[in-house]
Amino acid sequence: MSETTEAPDVLAWTCPLPLRDQPRVVMGHGGGGALSAELVRDVFAPAYGGPALSAMNDSATIELGGARLAFSTDSFVVRPLFFPGGSIGHLAVNGTVNDLAMSGARPAYLSCGFILEEGVETEVVRRVAEALGEAARAAGVEVATGDTKVVEAGHGDGVFINTSGIGLVPPGVDLRPQRVVPGDVVIVSGPIGVHGVAVMSVREGLEFGVEIESDCAALAGLVEAMLAVTEDLHVLRDPTRGGLAAALNEIAAAAGTGVVVQERAVPVPAPVANACAVLGLDPMYVANEGKLVAFVPREHADAVLAAMRAHPLGREAAVIGEAVADHPGMVVARTGLGGTRVVDLPLGEQLPRIC
Amino acid sequence: MKYIEEFQDPALAERLLGEIRAAVTRPWALMEVCGGQTHTIIRHGIDQLLPDEVELIHGPGCPVCVTPLEVIDKALEIASRPGVIFCSFGDMLRVPGTGRDLFQVRGEGGDVRVVYSPLDALRIARQNPGRQVVFFGIGFETTAPPNAMTVYQARRLGIPNFSLLVSHVRVPPAIEAIMRSPKCRVQGFLAAGHVCSVMGTGEYPELSERHRVPIVVTGFEPLDILEGVRRTVLQLERGEHSVENAYPRAVRPEGNPAARAMLDDVFEVTDRAWRGIGVIPDSGWRLSPRYREYDAEHRFQVTGIDTREPAACRSGEVLQGLLKPHECEAFGTVCTPRSPLGATMVSSEGACAAYYLYRRLDLPSAASRPLEGSPVV
Repeated sequence: MSETTEAPDVLAWTCPLPLRDQPRVVMGHGGGGALSAELVRDVFAPAYGGPALSAMNDSATIELGGARLAFSTDSFVVRPLFFPGGSIGHLAVNGTVNDLAMSGARPAYLSCGFILEEGVETEVVRRVAEALGEAARAAGVEVATGDTKVVEAGHGDGVFINTSGIGLVPPGVDLRPQRVVPGDVVIVSGPIGVHGVAVMSVREGLEFGVEIESDCAALAGLVEAMLAVTEDLHVLRDPTRGGLAAALNEIAAAAGTGVVVQERAVPVPAPVANACAVLGLDPMYVANEGKLVAFVPREHADAVLAAMRAHPLGREAAVIGEAVADHPGMVVARTGLGGTRVVDLPLGEQLPRIC
Repeated sequence: MKYIEEFQDPALAERLLGEIRAAVTRPWALMEVCGGQTHTIIRHGIDQLLPDEVELIHGPGCPVCVTPLEVIDKALEIASRPGVIFCSFGDMLRVPGTGRDLFQVRGEGGDVRVVYSPLDALRIARQNPGRQVVFFGIGFETTAPPNAMTVYQARRLGIPNFSLLVSHVRVPPAIEAIMRSPKCRVQGFLAAGHVCSVMGTGEYPELSERHRVPIVVTGFEPLDILEGVRRTVLQLERGEHSVENAYPRAVRPEGNPAARAMLDDVFEVTDRAWRGIGVIPDSGWRLSPRYREYDAEHRFQVTGIDTREPAACRSGEVLQGLLKPHECEAFGTVCTPRSPLGATMVSSEGACAAYYLYRRLDLPSAASRPLEGSPVV
């Protein structure tokens, strides 16, 4: 603002679009973006936040009886219940198992709470339960406790599931975004956006002929293979809601460093790129359910990458960028053409564009 | 579909950039008309790669941005009525009207559904004969034919519970209005390729001749944009002005005759208010008298809603290319995608939102703060 012109008082402007306050919950509050973060910051944390919650990680790391435990919970409200490559049952196990694995823990026990809607077919519940059991066996965890509630018809969506999980964090493992330093190498374990596009492809009105299966998988084994190379990984995230962009933004904000991503190095499979092009979505914001992103000290990056590629769930792992001292808290992409752009935290839900 | 990777090829891009650099001898201001092109330019950093002499001015071609507040308010009113199923493209849900948006109407119990094709809305109407189903038909010549198809089919098949809330806009009258503006700085246009794939190129020679500006029909991938810029600059440097088609894989001179016939049958030309710009004569479409019974404004008697926008937000100047988003005092401080002062900050195709999302790094202080928000549990 130059000294010679009088600065307009923008705060006094009557704006045609009123400043947003949300008197009611909107879908975006569950989107894993800025709206979700505000709900936690403004409502939940002041009401019941404590030392463990304040770390704001996907799972809490707590000391109990001399053991270091990772403890996490997640709810699953996906539609449709069954999709190419998985189901709500698979997600309910893998979502929580992966949250534990991202803190370096070996997942051990899960709880499983079902909220069923009156009128849902018991055969559907059976199929969901069998899928959940199959996923738990594959992930090497035991469902140790559970609960069932039924809500009146019209007050649910068939099947909602909540799972909580605990696991042991091995001594010497300390995965936190605060450990990230400039120079850390950013590695993603494989192609992104696969789960989100698989689910979208079977939603009503979106059968656009994409043959793509969800990447839904339990990542504890892959994490173990990475930790076998070095305990000194800095941070891991599974980029679910909000996709890779949300995960990188969360890490950058908590670490106080910047992140630079080489856009052409990010593995985006053709069906995902095409579906996103049709819908006007950005693959960086599309959900994954069997991928992780790792910040690894530069001296260990090659060995960790090799260990990942030797594991079935990391075959297509790729270095996509690095942590930098510039623009702390901000993620910047170097575009394929050589330009740069900011990769922001998604606001709420990703919305398909009109044209 | 193999039209993405090839049209983002760095080597080809560098070659086109080299030809543009070699051709330019003085400053030129070009306007890309379409918001989809603005999005591509900013997302891929094309504006950073062009020589300093070539300035891109972002035009009014974002359908979400130019839909008048009054129309949004009508949509909110209709969507709030009991028994209505209100269908819309996704990106209209976040555009606030007076005090709320369609997301909030949904939170208050309104049945608001995102569809991916207007014909989905017609299908919903057939599946719910006891409910009134309304589709929010906005956009340029690109989205108009499928929207026209819905009422055409509704009449043909006798689906009485379907109607269309229409706020269509047309590109050529907007180009005319921009060129007539005394402050106009635009010396050449990248015309919107997808609009021309429907309408053809017949409306443009007259504009090009009258205002002595090159108009180059341009596509949406990075290489398309660079090719459009290259051809426009070459014309300007030669002192010529004509209409060129740099998007022949999608655009024929006659456009899509079947779609145009559908438009002529279903719609009639009308004056239309553009958000932030004002009324532009003959710049819109409304349902023709034959289809008036499918007009949601009449069916739900919301024609009386008359919202006047305070002229405080400067989005109108942005939409006319008189102001760059970051030159606005409110940009990135009191005006962000989370709390937009103007429509150009709402849609990802809006110039302000595109600058905010992708350009904060290169802009002065206030705008380069990270977005509010902390890690999510």
